[in-house]
Amino acid sequence: MSGPLHDDDLLSYVDGALDPARVDEVDAWLAANPRDAERVRQWREQVDGLHRLFDPVLDEAVPDRLSVAAVKAGRGRSWLAPLLRIAAMLLLVLAGGAGGWWLRGGAGEGKAAPGAVVAAEALSAHVVFAAEIRHPVEVGAGERAHLIAWLSKRLGTDLKVPDLSAAGFSLVGGRLLPAASGPAAQFMYENGDGRRVTLYLRRNTDGTETAFRFAALGRVEAFYWLDGPLGYALAGDVDRERLMEMAKAVYHQLES
Amino acid sequence: MSKVESQIEAEIPGLRRYARALSGDVAQADDLVQDCLERALSRLALWRRDGNLRAWLFTILRNVWIDELRRRKVRPEQYGMDDAMEGAAAAPNQHDRLAVRDLVAALALLVPEQRETVLLVGLEGMTYAEVAGVTGVPVGTVMSRLKRGRDRLALLMHGGESAIRRVK
Repeated sequence: MSGPLHDDDLLSYVDGALDPARVDEVDAWLAANPRDAERVRQWREQVDGLHRLFDPVLDEAVPDRLSVAAVKAGRGRSWLAPLLRIAAMLLLVLAGGAGGWWLRGGAGEGKAAPGAVVAAEALSAHVVFAAEIRHPVEVGAGERAHLIAWLSKRLGTDLKVPDLSAAGFSLVGGRLLPAASGPAAQFMYENGDGRRVTLYLRRNTDGTETAFRFAALGRVEAFYWLDGPLGYALAGDVDRERLMEMAKAVYHQLES
Repeated sequence: MSKVESQIEAEIPGLRRYARALSGDVAQADDLVQDCLERALSRLALWRRDGNLRAWLFTILRNVWIDELRRRKVRPEQYGMDDAMEGAAAAPNQHDRLAVRDLVAALALLVPEQRETVLLVGLEGMTYAEVAGVTGVPVGTVMSRLKRGRDRLALLMHGGESAIRRVK
């Protein structure tokens, strides 16, 4: 034997992913190392336990609402959903208000960085609405012209909807949101795996301009900047460099 | 119903099993599956016919679950995890009810990344590479999450008697 076995070999052994030519080697190691043998025994016991626990679900009758036909017919779920959405909206307003405070962290004491409130609101709005299945947006991408005209009017400036298809994301639609300073807009994009990013826009009240800045709420990250009449934030749970590239694409498309 | 729709239909019991193990709650699990189906059916045009349908559905379910976990952090908990896990076990009729209950409770204590990895490999029988695709991390990360998750489960279920040895 060529020395101690790596834990990865033990995993592969348990999961049947080990090169068959090496099974004897692992067997010999386990015979000589009772602690690892016990570990392997417990791992196998876990796998058996999972099947005993959850395999019976496979034989349960599937609820009617979970058929392809029912989902396509758009049969509603419980009466609870609209209430939860309202609760989420209220929390969003609270989070937006508190945003300047909890994003201040890195900047030390004193005032929050310019645009931090935009980032806080954008992150909260992303967390709330990215999880929304039936009503992720108020106006869908099918009514793009209406969507843009409506949100432009409410924000009091001409909005453009950036195209993120180069990054694999297509527009789902948009919604109007209450920000601390007045109305704000959120555009939602989704890729083929159901992953979502949102672009949040609101009035840049004092005309400050900033470079790209970064903020995070848990694993949701955002790049934000203030430019001209608006503050922007692109938020999502995607690889940071990819998010940065998409934020740049948004910036360039809105510039031109 | 189109061919791919019937293929999706055939995956529903498997999605329910995984969602049940992931969320530990019958109703919440079925909500996850419903949300997953809605997202999948609305994105069907983007589905590559030559791809792995099952892996795609599990990826969507996983993203729905992550979004939901995050949302629950923002709003007050709807129910405690203990209550949620109470109904998780699909009526164990074995004599080892106690051991099985331990596994359910221990599973709920794993961090989400470890829980999903332990389940995708152990329950769903996916290869490490498939799990890497579903969870969007490298295979090395999958294996380290799997190892940590399994060792933590063993520790939670067997306490000090578990032999945990670190190998660099």
